[in-house]
Amino acid sequence: MQELIVPLLNATVQSGTPILFATLGEMMTEKGGVLNLGVEGILSFSALAAFVTGYTTGCPWLGFVMGGFAGLLLAMVHGFVCISCLGNQVVSGLALTILGLGLTRFLGTPYIGLATTGFEKEALPFFSSIPFLGDIFFRQDALVYVSYLIPVLFWFFFRRTSLGMAVTATGEYPAAAAAAGLKPVLLRYFAVAMGGFLIGLGGAYLSLAYTHLWTNGLSGGRGWIAVALVIFAFWRPGRAVLGAYLFGGVMAFQLRLQASGTNVPSSILLSLPYALTIIALVFSAWKRKHSDMPAALGTNIEPEG
Amino acid sequence: MITGLKLRKRDEPWKWGALVVFLGALLISLVASGLLLAGQGKDAFEGFRILWEGSFGHVWALEGALLKSIPIFLCSLGVAVTFRMQIWNIGAEGQFALGAIGATWMALSFPDLPIYLLLPLMFFMAFVLGGLWAAIPGALRIKLKVNEIISTLMLNYIAILLLDYLVFGVWKDPTSFGFPMTAEFSPNATIPAFGATKLHWGILVCVLVGVIFWAFMRYTRLGYELKASGQGPRVARYAGMPYGFLVMFVMCVSGGLAGIAGCVETSGVVGRLQPSIMVGYGYTAIVVAWLARLEPLNIAFASFLLAALRVGVENLQLEMQIPAAFGEIMEGMILLSVLAGQFLLAYKLERRTRSE
Repeated sequence: MQELIVPLLNATVQSGTPILFATLGEMMTEKGGVLNLGVEGILSFSALAAFVTGYTTGCPWLGFVMGGFAGLLLAMVHGFVCISCLGNQVVSGLALTILGLGLTRFLGTPYIGLATTGFEKEALPFFSSIPFLGDIFFRQDALVYVSYLIPVLFWFFFRRTSLGMAVTATGEYPAAAAAAGLKPVLLRYFAVAMGGFLIGLGGAYLSLAYTHLWTNGLSGGRGWIAVALVIFAFWRPGRAVLGAYLFGGVMAFQLRLQASGTNVPSSILLSLPYALTIIALVFSAWKRKHSDMPAALGTNIEPEG
Repeated sequence: MITGLKLRKRDEPWKWGALVVFLGALLISLVASGLLLAGQGKDAFEGFRILWEGSFGHVWALEGALLKSIPIFLCSLGVAVTFRMQIWNIGAEGQFALGAIGATWMALSFPDLPIYLLLPLMFFMAFVLGGLWAAIPGALRIKLKVNEIISTLMLNYIAILLLDYLVFGVWKDPTSFGFPMTAEFSPNATIPAFGATKLHWGILVCVLVGVIFWAFMRYTRLGYELKASGQGPRVARYAGMPYGFLVMFVMCVSGGLAGIAGCVETSGVVGRLQPSIMVGYGYTAIVVAWLARLEPLNIAFASFLLAALRVGVENLQLEMQIPAAFGEIMEGMILLSVLAGQFLLAYKLERRTRSE
């Protein structure tokens, strides 16, 4: 049993990691009051940027960071349209997804089928010798170890720093934040940019660690799952970790079941994560009372005059 | 002395504003995509010439654009009604798939029925299945307040996988050499074309649906209530309107229209069910609905425009080996620029002088 469970849980962590980056990125954005439905587009575009950088420079770490910046860049388009031009946040995000997926397929065509070195799994000394948990959590690639820090930093940022609290205030009640001398517009740009960067890291994970190959459709709906997970997580980082690994688990399980040559048709297995997303939403709708949803989420800040 | 720019809310609407913004957005996206072409080492001006020729320059281009505008128009009309009520049905793509499945189901089950019975039956089943697929997120939304953006999107993925399951499995044509497709529809299950053209009678469905839609919104009480509840649930409830019922109604009609689009495409264009019918009309429909500012007549115009863009991009792909994704890039950029530009409809940029 152990021989079956441990590899599955190890794969769960790996396939949950890009979802975790994307979920926390979207959560960061939404904490500032901006809904970004462009996650799917950002994820795929930044995966390409990371892959191309890793492929041409041979330095996966540079690729990882470039993925983040590609995500930041694309998110700023959404930021400009919604924050400065007061565009509809829902529609702008959808447009960004269409643009991001289009750009990825357009610019990525010459790279299809190519491989890059990327990140390999390496056991972390000491930690990996912890029985059971060590095999699951500490025999992973370096980016997974980075991802362990993000939720903690996220929590610290929003609970213990004044900048984090200012961002929260902007997402809750921008007018009051402005009255208190904060700059809600700038803070929203900051949240969108940082969120885009985190989502971009998730994209980089897909092309540099999850696979080392470039193919089309690498994001595979993970961006939308991340948007749903923010709701499921009630805008709390701890629950985001839980949700991301839950979905990572379903994806890993589904892949293994397919590989084992089961009789269940692959289309039914492939639709599991999407069906589970709806179930997760129903579940969170049912327990909505305890959610920390930012009050001003989705509402633009009207300029004076 | 000019010291900067100042925002002022417009007192009266800018008369030609919407048109100016639209043309401006078009220009911005053309410049940006031209740069993208140049970045790939292609001649951008030659590219735009080919794009124009492929969109409007030939009879075959116009024929292709009209053909593609049928499903886009039908999906977009439905999507626009939900957007008016601030319900975000992003699921036209999946509802389109269900419509195609419904039509195929009837076409394969009763191939020998006379055409005047079989085609209406296919349309009916496409409408019902598309509508039911949209009813799921509708019900989740009004009963549990489940976010319909995500649920409709997830149902898109599931619908496409369901289509795959059928064409790879139970409905697979045994003579197709392993290709995932159903057997070809009998002539009775095929929407006839006009003479020797590819354009089929399905375009009349658009006219019919458009007129019914217009009359419904204008002359019925339900249509009036739909328009009124566009202000949001609170206004609707305050005015004593059955908001939950209206949401369900709108979602079912919206899904049904996308379903009909799926039927038209399978029966009129492809003649069988295969995965390649899913080319993203449901997502283009969202772009169209918003570009058209949710107005039916504008939707007809914008559907034709974006359908023409698709045909033009196909030409570009053929002659310059530009990936088809070029069309998506332009769609996304046009929509983003229009969204940004709509700011100018509500606000005026004025020069600020030092004396102020």
